[in-house]
Amino acid sequence: MKNLVYTMTQLSRGVLGVVLGLMLAIPVSAENLTVYTAVEAEDLKRYAAEFNKDHPDIKIRWVRDSTGIVTAKLLAEKNNPRADIIWGLAATSLMLLQSEGMLQPYAPKGLGKLDSKFRDSANPPSWTGMDAWIAAVCVNTVEAKKNNLPTPTSWMDLTDPVYKGHLVMPNPNSSGTGFLDVSSWLQIYGERGGWQFMDNLHKNIAWYTHSGSKPCKQAARGETPIGISFAFRGAKSKAAGAPLEIVLPKEGVGWDMEATAIVKGTKKLAAAQTLADWSITKKANVLYNKGYAVVAYPGVAKPVKYFPAGILEAMIDNDFEFAAVNRKRILAQWQKRYDGKSEAK
Amino acid sequence: MPESKQNFLRIDNLTKHFGEFVAVQELSLEINDGEFICFLGPSGCGKTTLLRAIAGLDPQSSGSITQAGKDISNLPPSQRDFGIVFQSYALFPNLTVFQNVAYGLENQKIPKPEIRKQVNDLLELVGMPEQTGKYPAQLSGGQQQRVALARALATSPGLLLLDEPLSALDARVRATLRLEIRSLHERLGVTTILVTHDQEEALSMADRIVVMNEGRIEQVGTPEEIYSAPASPFVADFIGVMNFLQGEVTNSGKVLIGENTLDCETANIPEGSKVRVTVRPEDILCSADDKNAANSFSVKVESVEFLGSFCRLILSGPDGFGELMTDLSTQQVHELNVTPETTFTAVFPARSLKVFPESL
Amino acid sequence: MSTADSIPASTVPARGASSVRIKLSRDDYALRTGLVVVISLLAILVVLPLYSLLSKSLEDMDGNFVGLQNFQEYFQTPALLTSITNSLSVAFFSAIIVLVLAFIYAYALTRTKMPFRLFFRGVALIPILAPSLLAAISLIYWFGTQGVLKSWLFGASIYGPIGVIMASCFWVFPHALMILITALSTADARLYEAAEALRTPKWRIFWTVTLPGAKYGILSTGFIVFTLVITDFGVPKVIGGNFNVLATDVYKQVVGQQNFEMGAVVSLVLLLPAVAAFIADRWVQSKQVALLSARAVPFQPKSEPLRDWLLFGFCATIAFIFLAMLGMAAYASFVTFWPYNLTLSLNNYDFDLMDGGGWEAYFNSIRMAIYCAVFGSGLIFFGSYLVEKARGVSWLRTILHLIAMMPLAIPGLVLGIAYIFFFNHPDNPLGFLYGTMGILVISTIVHFYTVSHLTSLTALKQLDPEFETVSLSLKTPVWRTFGKVTLPVCLPALLDVASYLFLNAMTTVAAVVFLYSPETMLASIAVLNMDDAGDIAPAAAMALMIVYTSAIFRLLHALLTRYLKRRTQVWRTR
Ligand SMILES: Nc1ncnc2c1ncn2[C@@H]1O[C@H](COP(=O)(O)OP(=O)(O)O)[C@@H](O)[C@H]1O
Ligand SMILES: [Mg+2]
Repeated sequence: MKNLVYTMTQLSRGVLGVVLGLMLAIPVSAENLTVYTAVEAEDLKRYAAEFNKDHPDIKIRWVRDSTGIVTAKLLAEKNNPRADIIWGLAATSLMLLQSEGMLQPYAPKGLGKLDSKFRDSANPPSWTGMDAWIAAVCVNTVEAKKNNLPTPTSWMDLTDPVYKGHLVMPNPNSSGTGFLDVSSWLQIYGERGGWQFMDNLHKNIAWYTHSGSKPCKQAARGETPIGISFAFRGAKSKAAGAPLEIVLPKEGVGWDMEATAIVKGTKKLAAAQTLADWSITKKANVLYNKGYAVVAYPGVAKPVKYFPAGILEAMIDNDFEFAAVNRKRILAQWQKRYDGKSEAK
Repeated sequence: MPESKQNFLRIDNLTKHFGEFVAVQELSLEINDGEFICFLGPSGCGKTTLLRAIAGLDPQSSGSITQAGKDISNLPPSQRDFGIVFQSYALFPNLTVFQNVAYGLENQKIPKPEIRKQVNDLLELVGMPEQTGKYPAQLSGGQQQRVALARALATSPGLLLLDEPLSALDARVRATLRLEIRSLHERLGVTTILVTHDQEEALSMADRIVVMNEGRIEQVGTPEEIYSAPASPFVADFIGVMNFLQGEVTNSGKVLIGENTLDCETANIPEGSKVRVTVRPEDILCSADDKNAANSFSVKVESVEFLGSFCRLILSGPDGFGELMTDLSTQQVHELNVTPETTFTAVFPARSLKVFPESL
Repeated sequence: MSTADSIPASTVPARGASSVRIKLSRDDYALRTGLVVVISLLAILVVLPLYSLLSKSLEDMDGNFVGLQNFQEYFQTPALLTSITNSLSVAFFSAIIVLVLAFIYAYALTRTKMPFRLFFRGVALIPILAPSLLAAISLIYWFGTQGVLKSWLFGASIYGPIGVIMASCFWVFPHALMILITALSTADARLYEAAEALRTPKWRIFWTVTLPGAKYGILSTGFIVFTLVITDFGVPKVIGGNFNVLATDVYKQVVGQQNFEMGAVVSLVLLLPAVAAFIADRWVQSKQVALLSARAVPFQPKSEPLRDWLLFGFCATIAFIFLAMLGMAAYASFVTFWPYNLTLSLNNYDFDLMDGGGWEAYFNSIRMAIYCAVFGSGLIFFGSYLVEKARGVSWLRTILHLIAMMPLAIPGLVLGIAYIFFFNHPDNPLGFLYGTMGILVISTIVHFYTVSHLTSLTALKQLDPEFETVSLSLKTPVWRTFGKVTLPVCLPALLDVASYLFLNAMTTVAAVVFLYSPETMLASIAVLNMDDAGDIAPAAAMALMIVYTSAIFRLLHALLTRYLKRRTQVWRTR
């Protein structure tokens, strides 16, 4: 018994040591930068790794969620911000934050080389663009055939009752993709026509998802025949072997930019600026091009496998100003009309 | 060391309540050094409560306790000087016999070989020298209680408290241990308080018995005194077997029971008082030919109960006597040829009768 | 006992006459300090966060007091109100279904000579090793749009109440089973012998002896299943589709829309049925104690071929379903691209390429589970020791015990939200814990505090209360008795508590889903997030990693317990 007590004391001492060690084992050398993002998770590791090749002394702590969530989180933390910098959030969201006075204007080194569409027009800009992501409809050809669904060619087609219960789209409140869809429809059909269209579409929707990529992933797995999502996601799932057809509706597709901005009041301004500088380099844009056909740095973009042809022509002439200014109102309206069918979150 | 041999432990006006319930009431008691005292009383009369107050485990509500000339009323148990043994043994199940006994010695900075020697001596003392390596679960109840005793004695306490130590054991083991505890006490001379509800135990072990009832002391005395001169009907009833007769004092020395008169010592009980007269079964004399002796009455045998060396007879006496018990040796039963329905004369010797006013 | 008529009026001393004051010994000081410390700790970790939650529900976005305005708004939102009925009905039906199935199962295990009882018992406990999400994921593979057995649903969709109820029944089954086994094991054989001697028909014995005997166990099971289902949000999140329930509303409000005030309101609404069930269960338990206090002769089942084989068929079916649920998830996790490419690969285990925190999340989970097991069991055992063994100050002990009982009534989601409000408050000096592993460990320990507390309390109650008295008389300091006797004797119970905390820490989602940060992503949350991103196969893979880990841990626990019993608890054998 004595031995047992002894062993137990030793054991607990050991455990305590290990535990304290683990708890205190925060790397001391590198500076931690809290980066909020809505970029696809599978890309984040690459981004951080490439960045750290040039700046090993800055460690990135990612906070990733869907566009709407990250936006809401940033707004909620307005008085007690936890983010140092935002790298990869919809420009419309950043414009909203800008209007709340939450962004720190900064002109990253090499700003002049960027396509002028891909930056805040103010000087110095509050945000700089990275790439554009573009709405698309993912159609599972196998399931469509099974359910005798014609391949849609336009947004309007999707309101046809044959698609009832076969459509899935993201909830614009949480998903950036969802929001750019809604804002594009309001721009294409006008305010009244847009809501009218959505009323009809709503009748066909099986459920609204929390994330923008989920509808396409579900279409890829055949959980639903048709998912309203974005082009890049469709291309990826197709590359993974899914029987998908990526449709660009003929009315044109909505799109948004992913962009970078420094959060006002960050205690790590220098590190944040270093990251902002790096985020517009050619190197970074090559990285963005792995997933996005359209990037901010002219001449970098190379074709992405399975990416639908004619996408640049399909992109509507997006009025970001309209989207950003009306974002809150549109979302409230949307929630009031359709939220009952929303998937949790 | 005690200052006066007369007064090792003194309890003054001790009261203990639990909420509004009074478990011990204004109780005072003196215990001499080296004495073997039994607290005796029916279950729930406050014996354990009193014992635990002495140990400081459940402090009294009021009153004081003095041990060895020192007021210990306010001391926590750890600063008092006692060893304690419970009915449940309370041996540490994960420690061996040796470790259990050594438990109290180990924080006294005694060198290991010394501890070993003391433990072995103690186990020898309680008659268990061979079992040092066993665990409690491997011992019989009697053996466990011996170990518990050795453990309590290990720190040489000035006062040994035993709370119903034998109640969980079977009759035979109980009888042996009684003798052993008694002889242990004689050898060590440690002042001992034993709590029990078993009168036989108290009568056979104690120097003095404290009979308790409903939180009060009924009588304090040697076993002899308690048995032969009970101070109250309660004691009379509780100790041994007793016959009670309801009556009324008619004259000094005369008590009317039903239609018959008993001669007995009525002391200064006023005439006309309702009284109870007590007589022990063995004090009722039964013979065929004492018809004219004082206090002799004709009785009828209702039933005979064979109890080994003697028989207990249930008798019905004259009106007002109710049922009476008397004990006859088996031989006498044969001589008198007692069977149910037999009648004979029973004598109630005046010196064996004790009269208590009804109000007591 | 304290009724006035039990004592003659004249002897009643003035009420409140205080006891003689006994000087406190060093031990008393130590134990009382311990009590105060543990009570303060729990007050900070249980009571204050709940208070923050309550006050948050009465505030607007900018922190101004607005009274019941949020509640008014809540009750004027029809979408949210539907969730109340949805939650109640799903919980109710699950409780009924599980109760019936688990009762028959438990009956077969305890009251018959059915073969393979040990095996069936083991299989039925599988769901404990997995997060509740696993059931939902597996159901999607069985009955989803691409499900193998989709046709069995006759066109109904698994996304909705059907799926929620089915998955809930799966994961709460073992919880119900364990209570019912206990309830049915405590039968008094004498009652059955008496009934048989009176030539009572079997079915009547069942109705008049068996059922009444297990009555309280059954009621208790009902309440517990109801609470588990109504407060769980993993299942409805994954398979609920458009079917909203209270738990998912809380999540939607807080995480989806960052509307903390409304989240607070919904979680208070969720707290109500949980507290009601808790109180009802406590009441039932207090009845049960009285029932069991009489010592009974243990019941020895006799073999009865027809009944035994019927029940064998029943148990085999249930066990088969359980294995099928687990097996499907395991299989699907290896399928490269369901349903179009069924070749097996490990692609789905490449967590680092997916949303959800990668393998790091898995290792974080193990780390967190170990911390919970070590610190949690230490704290909880110490707390219950104080409740049971501190001398005097019974009011302090009662307070500690009451606080220790509270977490059982608080759903994990509610606790999680309360922690956000409390720890994320700018003025809270404990704010540094927010976003760390520390807060995950704390919230998990608190969430599972009560059951652990009761387990160690039961173990302590089995010790002779006079151990401490003897130690006092031997002038042994209390810590020495604690280390030399109390702890070693209670070691198996302590290990049980540690194991309980470990398993729950591995599988829990509810509280921690609000509290994790990117560095402290957990495996169970990764499952949730991967499913959320549409990566259902990797979600299944991660859920299975949790199952494997929990299973291995359970095995280690069993081995360690056996080893300890052999090595150090020789005294238990006679
Ligand atoms: N902790 C307590 N609270 C309330 N009543 C008590 C407590 N301990 C003892 N009592 C009551 O005090 C009376 C005396 O108890 P006790 O001293 O244990 O009797 P015994 O003479 O059998 O040892 C009993 O009626 C018992 O019910
Ligand atoms: Mg007693």
